[in-house]
Amino acid sequence: MTYITKPKLHHPSLACNALGFTRRDYEGKISTLCAGCGHDSISASIIRACWELAIEPHRVAKLSGIGCSSKTPDYFLGQSHGFNTVHGRMPSVLTGAALANRDLIYLGVSGDGDSASIGMGQFVHAIRRGVNMTYIVENNGVYGLTKGQFSATADAGSVSKKGVANSDAPIDLVGLALQLGASYVARGFSGDKQQLVPLIKGAIAHRGAALIDVISPCVAFNNHAGSTKSYEYVREHNDAVNRLDFIAPRTEIVADYAPGETIEIEQHDGSRLRLHKLDAAYDPSDRIAAMNYVHAHQAKGEVVTGLLYVDETAQDLHAHLGTVAAPLNSLDAAALCPGAATLDKINAALR
Amino acid sequence: MKSITATNDFVVKFANVNGSGSASANEMFAKSILRMGVPVSPRNIFPSNIQGLPTWYEVRVNERGWLGRRGGVDLMVAMNPQTWDADIAEIEPGGYLFYDSTRPLPKSKFRDEVRTLGMPITDICNATYDDPRQRQLFKNIIYVGALSVLLGIEADVIETLIGEQYRSKPKLYEPNVKALHIGRDYAQRNFSAEPIGLAVRRADAVGDRIFVDGNDAAALGCVYGGATVCAWYPITPSSSLAEAFQKYCAKYRIDPDTGAHRYAIVQAEDEIASIGMVTGAGWNGARAFTTTSGPGVSLMTEFIGLAYFAEIPVTIIDVQRGGPSTGMPTRTQQADLISCAYASHGDTKHVLLFPQDPLECFEFAVQALDLADRLQTPVFVMTDLDIGMNQRLCAPFAWDDARTYDRGKVMTAAELEAGKDFGRYKDVDGDGIPWRTYPGTHADKGAYFTRGTSRDPYARYSERGPDYLYNMERLLKKFETAKTLVPQPLPHKAAQPTKLGVIHFGSTAPAMEEAIDMLECDGVHLDTLRVRAFPFADAVAEFIAAHERVFVVEQNRDAQLRSMLVNEFGIDPARLVPVLHYDGTPITARFIAGAIARHARGAHATPQPAQAANA
Repeated sequence: MTYITKPKLHHPSLACNALGFTRRDYEGKISTLCAGCGHDSISASIIRACWELAIEPHRVAKLSGIGCSSKTPDYFLGQSHGFNTVHGRMPSVLTGAALANRDLIYLGVSGDGDSASIGMGQFVHAIRRGVNMTYIVENNGVYGLTKGQFSATADAGSVSKKGVANSDAPIDLVGLALQLGASYVARGFSGDKQQLVPLIKGAIAHRGAALIDVISPCVAFNNHAGSTKSYEYVREHNDAVNRLDFIAPRTEIVADYAPGETIEIEQHDGSRLRLHKLDAAYDPSDRIAAMNYVHAHQAKGEVVTGLLYVDETAQDLHAHLGTVAAPLNSLDAAALCPGAATLDKINAALR
Repeated sequence: MKSITATNDFVVKFANVNGSGSASANEMFAKSILRMGVPVSPRNIFPSNIQGLPTWYEVRVNERGWLGRRGGVDLMVAMNPQTWDADIAEIEPGGYLFYDSTRPLPKSKFRDEVRTLGMPITDICNATYDDPRQRQLFKNIIYVGALSVLLGIEADVIETLIGEQYRSKPKLYEPNVKALHIGRDYAQRNFSAEPIGLAVRRADAVGDRIFVDGNDAAALGCVYGGATVCAWYPITPSSSLAEAFQKYCAKYRIDPDTGAHRYAIVQAEDEIASIGMVTGAGWNGARAFTTTSGPGVSLMTEFIGLAYFAEIPVTIIDVQRGGPSTGMPTRTQQADLISCAYASHGDTKHVLLFPQDPLECFEFAVQALDLADRLQTPVFVMTDLDIGMNQRLCAPFAWDDARTYDRGKVMTAAELEAGKDFGRYKDVDGDGIPWRTYPGTHADKGAYFTRGTSRDPYARYSERGPDYLYNMERLLKKFETAKTLVPQPLPHKAAQPTKLGVIHFGSTAPAMEEAIDMLECDGVHLDTLRVRAFPFADAVAEFIAAHERVFVVEQNRDAQLRSMLVNEFGIDPARLVPVLHYDGTPITARFIAGAIARHARGAHATPQPAQAANA
């Protein structure tokens, strides 16, 4: 169904961003996911975030693995190149793409099966390398496309639609990302765009490995009583640690909040993240404290959401590798080939 | 028993213990003969081990320039008690044994028809050095000194080599030269009365050739060919290729103004990630490669299928070793042909290049990067441990500064802006190769969604049969186009007309050339064809058709190239006689000539694998 083109009728009252684009310019093809799927809300948040950031859509490369979540890049940013790779291996393809051209924005979209099971190895290593990317896991705790098997993020004791209880311990991607050195770690909920849109904006502006774990209920297989990834469960157990405003560079700062209640973090590109702390004890610049907080609340059955950790001084893989400022894919033979005279010297040394 | 006499034509084998520092001394020995103008071809025979297990270094000295492994040993330098019995047994009758005589050995440990040259190396070292490490290390250079006297290698040639080796550590020059002369003095005092029959004599048979290993050469090819992204995972025998790429990039790919790197090398978490990164980089317009061996290719196969179907340039250098499984990780084979040619699920076929020596490792690495871009598909360079990890004499590398990179069919922003029709998977030129765009090219034209699933010529998702057929047949057409672009096979005519032919490829070449020479002396004449790539050019089918019987010489058990020839051309298998060598040692001329001679004389009606006693 993805070949259906959306009608491009722009309502004249649609707001334009700094580039003169409306939100419709950031849309993709019509979604083929189930009505009410959390993933579609995440796509809408990505569209909203990119529009608000006034990103040129073609400067984004969107990559995914395999699964329901991985289909979604076709449903947003129709003017961006997309790559639906193989199951669990999006992180390596994204890493290679990011090495080839450091000037594009890399958006990796994955699911809990794609990242926490088959792709766990690649997820882990892309994060620890500090690839400059926004990595969104659309986490519903089930394999939707193959009809409802548990995934590795399903909570122990969680019950499937068929009534089977999951006995395996869950993998917590947020906890892992914190431990692996991700420099921007957040958790959102597909049903809370107010929180999710600024989280995505902050991640895109961040230089380094940014992970957003988004709880995204599966309406077909995992949105019933007994599921800890249902709309109802998450709404009841959500412990939001902060609310985020994203302030783009050059945007006028309108108001100040009382100290102690807000923190401002300036990122590499000059953008600022203003955090309204809902929990006074929460400090998003302390990795160890973030890990403790997340674990403590998880133990109580609470889903901690918000910006959990950010290191505004982080460096990315290109910085680690010391690559040139120009994209590697733009270098020509003059820059890359040492030439015949050098080869003669090499030959001479091999005699 | 008469001792062997031979000048500039013999084999010396060093039996050492891994990790004892013998490698650099042995290499210096080989190079000193080269510097005297006499071709050598050395081979490392080493275990999957860092320290303690046996390792050998076999040097063939041959003024005529035969660089294949000969088989047999004329002079054994036996420095490893663990392998003593087997090493002694390997010496040709009339050959020589040089050994450390510090500990007396019973007569039963020697052979009557082998002349022994004992030197109390351990005693000499213990008397000269206090440091246990020096006692061990200088043993090696001391025996090189003694051998240089026995064989007539000039002392100043070795001194020059020592100087070159320790250019950056001048403190080590003097002690090494001293050790060299300890060895030389002993040999002059004790062996000069009765010289041995083997000798090196100055000649002019090396010319301007260079001495380099194939992994180093392929890495340099990747630098010259413009690869900017390398992702790899350590695996013998390919690791030194990635490390050589790192070494050359650090020298030749640094921005002179900023010191920044015009390359990115990532040691990935496994081969799946390395090929994934190469796929991502290729998709995004950078020249990228990975290097691996058979087990790595197995792990990569899902991605190879994606790259084939999504039409992404990928270069894979497979330094083949003995399989299956971990097989013989430090031994050579040509046994990954089928696994690479048809790698992955569904209907897939890939371009393979078969270099014969380090020079072709360099050239084919460059060409693979061009072909991958031109054809938008995975391209394999099928080298092996024998050429990859052994220094080999070959023609010098050459580069034409007017050469540019063929980046293939890439549509530019200007072309898109001018309204040029862009169908990512559309055959507009009749060669099966579509046009592509790099991500980020144009604001509202040229973007498309890459997927492993089926699509129409405009990259729109489609499960319609006709769309799928269009794609699959276009990919076949592209493979036909590849036939004309890959390195063509090289024929060599026998001295007189013959109905017998031989097909060979890759590292078999030097042994093959020598075997042909031996067979001609025996009155058996064969035309040869060295296949240099898959898909096979039509000339390969024509060669087979022009001969009554064609031997296919390979270093694997299952006659993989022969299967591919039968499969691709629909040839009657009876016409292709397999000659197979796969014990992990490099194939020898003796083996090939023996197998072919026996078969040619027997004139079998049906193809029996041509057998030869292990030479």
